[in-house]
Amino acid sequence: MKFSEQWLREWVNPAVDTQELVTQITMAGLEVDGVEPVSGAFYGVCVGLVKSVARHPDAEKLSVCQVSNGDEDFQVVCGAQNVRAGLKVPFAMIGAVLPGDFKIKKAKLRGVESLGMLCAAAELGLADSSEGLMELPEDAPVGKDFHAYLNLHDRAIEVDLTPNRSDCLSIAGLAREVGVLNRMLLNPPEIAPVAPASDAAFPVRVLNSEACPRYLGRVIKNIDIASSTPLWMQEKLRRCGLRSIDPAVDVTNYVMLEFGQPMHAFDLDQLQGEIQVRMAAPEEEITLLDGQSIKLRADTLVIADADKALAIAGVMGGEHSGVSGNTKDIFLECAFFAPLALAGKARSYGLHTDSSHRFERGVDFEMQSRAIERATQLLLQIAGGEPGPVIDVTDKKQLPSRPLVALRYSKIEEVLGVEIERIEVEEILTRLGLHIDKLTKDGWLIKVPSYRFDISLDVDLIEEVGRVYGYNNLPVTEPMTRLGLKPCDETMLPIRQLRQHLVTQGYQEAVTYSFVDPKVQEALQPEVTPIALANPISSDLSVMRTSLWAGLIGAVSYNQKRQQPRIRMFETGLRFLTGEDDIQQTPVLAGILYGERYSEGWAQTSRDVDFFDMKADLESLLTLTGGNYEFKKAEHTALHPGQTAEIYKNGECIGVAGALHPRLYSALDVNGPIYLFELCLNKLVKGSVARFTDISKMPEVRRDLAIVVKEEVAFGDVSEVIVKEAGEWLVDLTLFDIYKGKGVEPGNKSLAMGVTWQHPQKTLQDEEITGIFSKIVESLEQKFGAKLRS
Amino acid sequence: MENLKQLVDQALAAVSLAQDSAALDLVRVEYLGKKGPLTDLLKGLGKLDPSERPAAGAKINEAKEEVQAAISARKAVLDAEALSAKLQSEAVDVTLPGRASDLGGLHPVTKTMQRIEDFFTRAGYSVEVGPEIEDDYHNFEALNIPSHHPARAMHDTFYFDTGRLLRTHTSPVQIRTMEQGKAPFRMICPGRVYRCDSDQTHTPMFHQVEGLLVDTKVSFADLKSTIEEFLRVFFEKDLAIRFRPSYFPFTEPSAEVDIEWGRDDEGNIRWLEVMGCGMVHPKVFEAAGVDTGKYRGFAFGLGVERLAMLRYGVNDLRMFFENDLRFLAQFK
Repeated sequence: MKFSEQWLREWVNPAVDTQELVTQITMAGLEVDGVEPVSGAFYGVCVGLVKSVARHPDAEKLSVCQVSNGDEDFQVVCGAQNVRAGLKVPFAMIGAVLPGDFKIKKAKLRGVESLGMLCAAAELGLADSSEGLMELPEDAPVGKDFHAYLNLHDRAIEVDLTPNRSDCLSIAGLAREVGVLNRMLLNPPEIAPVAPASDAAFPVRVLNSEACPRYLGRVIKNIDIASSTPLWMQEKLRRCGLRSIDPAVDVTNYVMLEFGQPMHAFDLDQLQGEIQVRMAAPEEEITLLDGQSIKLRADTLVIADADKALAIAGVMGGEHSGVSGNTKDIFLECAFFAPLALAGKARSYGLHTDSSHRFERGVDFEMQSRAIERATQLLLQIAGGEPGPVIDVTDKKQLPSRPLVALRYSKIEEVLGVEIERIEVEEILTRLGLHIDKLTKDGWLIKVPSYRFDISLDVDLIEEVGRVYGYNNLPVTEPMTRLGLKPCDETMLPIRQLRQHLVTQGYQEAVTYSFVDPKVQEALQPEVTPIALANPISSDLSVMRTSLWAGLIGAVSYNQKRQQPRIRMFETGLRFLTGEDDIQQTPVLAGILYGERYSEGWAQTSRDVDFFDMKADLESLLTLTGGNYEFKKAEHTALHPGQTAEIYKNGECIGVAGALHPRLYSALDVNGPIYLFELCLNKLVKGSVARFTDISKMPEVRRDLAIVVKEEVAFGDVSEVIVKEAGEWLVDLTLFDIYKGKGVEPGNKSLAMGVTWQHPQKTLQDEEITGIFSKIVESLEQKFGAKLRS
Repeated sequence: MENLKQLVDQALAAVSLAQDSAALDLVRVEYLGKKGPLTDLLKGLGKLDPSERPAAGAKINEAKEEVQAAISARKAVLDAEALSAKLQSEAVDVTLPGRASDLGGLHPVTKTMQRIEDFFTRAGYSVEVGPEIEDDYHNFEALNIPSHHPARAMHDTFYFDTGRLLRTHTSPVQIRTMEQGKAPFRMICPGRVYRCDSDQTHTPMFHQVEGLLVDTKVSFADLKSTIEEFLRVFFEKDLAIRFRPSYFPFTEPSAEVDIEWGRDDEGNIRWLEVMGCGMVHPKVFEAAGVDTGKYRGFAFGLGVERLAMLRYGVNDLRMFFENDLRFLAQFK
């Protein structure tokens, strides 16, 4: 809410400057967002009187005026349409400086001397735009400094109120807070009930008193809607961010700003039969004040007459029933709508108004009577008219209840950590308008006023005490809690260590969005239906990722476009899949590699990264947690059919790795080759506690084995056979060469391996090893048709 | 015997002329070898009168030793020269870059999160995580944000057709952890959160760390010390810190925390909001099954990107999610 500092100071005027005032209310929980001057910076402007106007001899659109500053007359050339003799206007005299450092000097306009300038509101920073000169009231004192005349030494202060503090959505509420903080009494305007001048009334029927517990109305006849709102009121409205419209609207807005009570003025002539406060009929149509037509839902409270809906209750009035230039008689509405009945309704129609903002958060339900009297009083002053009696339809049972809240004195110290004297607590509560209903043996029973919707528990009261006492005056103490040591599972490798390991291997961590482009998703995993957002921020961020690859590929594409020759990235996070019963949100670790194996340098010849570079990184990662792992040839729609592996750890598949399928390069806007992996984090980090075994003192025996097999025979299968046949004393099997070419028949390859044995207690004899070795050769021959290479 | 001296002089000259250890070895063989003149002289001793033999023998041995000593000395010199030459040949330009070993780096958000986790785990907090696709109950209802609460407007929520949503904060993890465990609690919940908002200062996804301490004697004063300590440790600076009353449905009393971040032209402290915090609302405890008669707690929450921006001077939030290597490499 934006408010005028001067207006607030009419209610309560502590001896603190603006800066201090702003700090005070900010620190009371009403955060000040901004402080702005209420006009542009100018001086040398006074109230001027246009004494006469003559046509400029050489310019049709210009007038030559005689303008008085009270002491003497000046000739001023003016281009405004609305200049006329007798008009009072802001007059910038020679030497004046207007906003934007615009200096007023003696000038000649089309050959006629001009000594000063008549100003429009926008030229003085009083409006964003304006048409014609700013017309001042007839009683404006000629010659008076304009700044002083309008009391422009004011600031517009914007407070960003939290939703619980609807009580501060008014000058009255803000003044109450400032009064509490400065221990001052308030000086509210006097409101006396306005005696009815007639018995003019209009029937009001509330059909849903749960949503509308109180509805007050009043007929005022014969107002002069053409009369102009006094400058002081226009200025207050303007400084609080509202535009002056007509006396009826201005007065209702004024009362809303003053007391936080939204009101509405209907044109009585447009109302048929009666006022009904009822729920909308399904699909009932209404044309709102802002001209838009909408269809209502049945959960929406409306103000209607006998024929149709006239307004969305507490949100916005309708176009036809509102006050217009022809209005003579009005019907003033001043109601209390229940916050729950209105909550979310305006938003559901794409609306948000000053009125809905207040009703949703809670309007003082004891305010309506005073507010309607205040509005009547102001309207009569401005536009005359004959008020009828106040029509009051109240269902007391439906008004919000304010049960007493018990507050235990010692709890204040328990929660805030400081002992505040009883008398101080009582004083703070009382000044806030919280009534001490009763003293109890350990504290108080407190009655909460009708304007506070945020206090129902003792802790709510303690917050009030705390914030007025000052959070920053509360002590600072170290928490005393039980130590509660947690178990520490050595078989779980901290994810942090995995990350660090990849960093050491040259990977840069990335963080990509969890929602991705469905097109990318479709390209990578057409067989998987991703979980779609109902209200995505954009179509390219509209489905949840089913793999981290979508994001990582996007990151690679981004960096390739920025000439990065070498990219290695990884990310950890959840992937989202639809499971049988429920959504599966699985933490995974994914990585991507592209470009040069090594960065360019004098000491290494570069080449592109390949499958085995990635595999080496993965093996090193898998070794961190121990256990057996294995890569098996596999298939994946997004990967190269000849370069795809599933990764097994202790017999369980924990992930997949491979080269991105070249057919996807253009769809994904990347250059290849690109290698990808994704591992299930929870399975990856699970290891076991190390177990010591004796170190053998016996010598190792190594035999080299070179065999020729068909090219398609997988080394993994060969090694499996060797491991099986080599027996329990095998300690190492190393593949040290793969050869194809001269000496090996086409379609075959030679695999050269070192096999090492060691017995824990004895020296292995030549015969034993030779026996094992022959069995290995035999098995390999049987299984793969392998031949020993001579 | 008269030529002994001559012989020694010859040998010594040959030694000094030897230019490498191989040449020197030839000299040794020539003069001291089995067929060398000095050996011959020793062999010739038998021809002498026995009374002259000892003296003559001693002289010959003396001569041998002299030559041997010269050879050893020369060898030492030659070895030293050879080593020095070898070392010289092996000299490298130590200013050349080392062979490639390219270090990666952690994302600044992770780095920041780890620093935050380190602070709190040292104080005995556990690190808890939970689902990111949440239900309405854990994200809102259990946190005292019923369906029509105005505070829902503060959370621009992403929804799924099933009524599920993307969590708007990590507080639901606190609810889940409390539901499954028993008080007292001390935890932080780091992770991704989502708001349907995207502009210069908002990204639809960002990271939060929310903390919770529940025990029998916990006060706002304890919360203050925890937050103050944390912020000073995090920024490694003795910052001015203030607690400003605010509103969150799940805490009461609630506060926002501002830190001193420079001064304006008039020398006033420029305050910057960095965290929210407060005492856990009794309704939250009721929802999570914690005995409100016995336990109290404080909770706090912070935006990781915001702290990372302040700590590292990053001026555009969106850079965190572009994954530009030139940006990421700055946080190694």
